[in-house]
Amino acid sequence: MRRRSSLAVLCLLTAALVSCAGNTSDQASNEIVIGEFGSLTGTTATFGISTKNGIDMAIEEVNKAGGLLGKQVRVIVEDDQGRPEEAQTVVTKLITSDQVVAILGEVASSRTLAAAPVAQQSMIPMISPSSTNPRVTEVGDYIFRVCFIDPFQGFVMAKFASSTLKVLNVAILRDIKNDYSVGLADVFADNMKKMGGTIVSDESYSEGDTDFSAQLTSIRARNPQAIFIPGYYTEVGLIARQARRLGMTMPLLGGDGWDSPRLTDIGGEALNDTYFSNHYSVDDPSPAIQNFVSQYRTKYGETPDALAALGFDSANILFDAIRRANSAESVKIRDAIAQTVDYPGVTGKITLDANRNAVKPAVVLRVRDSKLEYVETITP
Amino acid sequence: METFLQQVINGISQGSAYALIALGYTMVYGVLRLINFAHGDVYMFGAFMGYYLANIPWIESRLGTSAASAVFVMLGAMILSAGLGILIEQFAYRPGRSATRFTLAFWFGVLGAGGGQLVGQTFASVVLGAVVGIAVGAVLEWLGIRPVRQESRLALLIIAIGVSLFLENGGQQAFGADPKFFPQIIPTTSLNIGPLNLDSQRVIVLLVSLALMVVLTVIVQYTKTGKAMRAVSFNLDAAKLMGINTDRIIAFTFALGSALAAAGGILVSLLYPRIDPLMGVMPGLKAFVAAVLGGIGSIPGAMIGGLIIGMAEVMAVGYGQSTYRDAIAFVILVLILLLRPAGIMGKGMIEKV
Repeated sequence: MRRRSSLAVLCLLTAALVSCAGNTSDQASNEIVIGEFGSLTGTTATFGISTKNGIDMAIEEVNKAGGLLGKQVRVIVEDDQGRPEEAQTVVTKLITSDQVVAILGEVASSRTLAAAPVAQQSMIPMISPSSTNPRVTEVGDYIFRVCFIDPFQGFVMAKFASSTLKVLNVAILRDIKNDYSVGLADVFADNMKKMGGTIVSDESYSEGDTDFSAQLTSIRARNPQAIFIPGYYTEVGLIARQARRLGMTMPLLGGDGWDSPRLTDIGGEALNDTYFSNHYSVDDPSPAIQNFVSQYRTKYGETPDALAALGFDSANILFDAIRRANSAESVKIRDAIAQTVDYPGVTGKITLDANRNAVKPAVVLRVRDSKLEYVETITP
Repeated sequence: METFLQQVINGISQGSAYALIALGYTMVYGVLRLINFAHGDVYMFGAFMGYYLANIPWIESRLGTSAASAVFVMLGAMILSAGLGILIEQFAYRPGRSATRFTLAFWFGVLGAGGGQLVGQTFASVVLGAVVGIAVGAVLEWLGIRPVRQESRLALLIIAIGVSLFLENGGQQAFGADPKFFPQIIPTTSLNIGPLNLDSQRVIVLLVSLALMVVLTVIVQYTKTGKAMRAVSFNLDAAKLMGINTDRIIAFTFALGSALAAAGGILVSLLYPRIDPLMGVMPGLKAFVAAVLGGIGSIPGAMIGGLIIGMAEVMAVGYGQSTYRDAIAFVILVLILLLRPAGIMGKGMIEKV
């Protein structure tokens, strides 16, 4: 009896191992398999979840309309938990074990940068929906993005600060371990100086910190008229609270990393009088945007942030390329993506330039009473 | 000068947060000579219990207006965490004190499963990790523990790490891995002294940690249970012979320590209202350093140690580089171990051989 039960346990274990190890090795030929990786958990979880929602919507639409090249599209999603080293691992898995033809992801530049070399070496095209650091597409000719880049975003916020808010003495508080934040802070500082402004203080923190009062106290001593915080929403919410608590009432400025439904949960009233640059505004009356917003609301019960819209666009650009290439071969898909011209996306007309970046205008949004308001559009 | 004074206030408020966690660490060590590495995770558990209690609709509608609701959230989370502490003691540490093959193998299994979860994230890797862990635990027991056949400090330490991993990964499963916003159960009011800012929540955290320090000292020094705790700490076997129910005293110690951790979790979450299942890792380590710095086992020492670590961090960030923030506590740990291993308030101990 005892021997038999241990035999049963052994069988169970073997079955578990086999079932987990050997999936999807023989792909059905009636589907096109693409990969997606993102932060579905961790401190930037809404980035991954919004993007996934957008991509899922695009896939559902294309499959309803009969699929691509007569085949259904299937996406394999991997969670990188918001960790760059994990991003590299899961992309390797998507390419070698799942044999996807193309990859969508990531939002955060640090994670895209960690995974991009793997895609480049394996010659699998990868489209980042929303990584804005310029180095992302410099990895190689298989790496694309459908959003603007930080040199432009930094210019937008510097221009907004100097011409619309008319502030010249600005402090910076950057996330020192984050490629996106450091890059954006540098560009903002350069542009600010060109426009006659001064950076009176430049402080830093690290993702995951909860206490920012030491940095904010140092900044307060320099009396800036505004603070530029190019970080992600979790920290930004806490920073805003602690700044207001220290009696600092000046406007806070940021980039698209602020965009999350969770931003105002964490920051609350402290976020009044703050502004950030973004990829689109849900208030935009254009039919393409309103159509997308209402469909997204019906499906997910919340307002789509820019990351959802970019996820949707990145998937559609990939499908458009597969259609034009008339093939699901990675090399041909790459060539077709590179030739994308004036694709009518939700976040604007998308044309990919010679450096595989999208050239698009940016909008500036204001936070007021936990709602986002459109302020202005700034074009390249 | 004004900036410096504000930084001092920032340092004290960060330090009192560490001190709150360090109090529980040091008390459990003082009685059991066990570094309870799961302490930071019980702190996390307490914060989450507070979060769920505060989200009960009936409570939520009264938050910020009635002090009773804040007290309910606080005490509720402390009681639930004390319960968790007793469970951990019952199922992990108590069998560990006699270190049978079963317990060591069991906790190595948990450790292995946690490792498997971290590495592979599939069901198979967890099972494989658990199997390897159980095998390693059984072999270790056979080679290392059985010949000694007595209470094993090493086994307890490994169990503590296993419990810690179990709570961290279990927390990610149970509460979800994305951060949550902790509700403001006590409204903030700004108190400004000239240009210096000092809000009500910072004052509350400092006052509560001082009050808990006094309460703990009274419990340990002046009550009958406290006397029994000190007896257990002095010599477990002799205490048993004197008719002290040592298992009950140890369970009480854990319950008290866990309730303290929960109080810390909630108060710190008031200051920094973002909670996630891994929030206890770093503060737990730093509070451990604070306890060692103050002299592990010494209750006022934990308070002083916490304040010093908090102050050192804030000064490093305010006048140096923010990247050194996490390093500074561990530099202090190395220095204190080299220069004065017993800590500031600790008494040098003579090991009996």
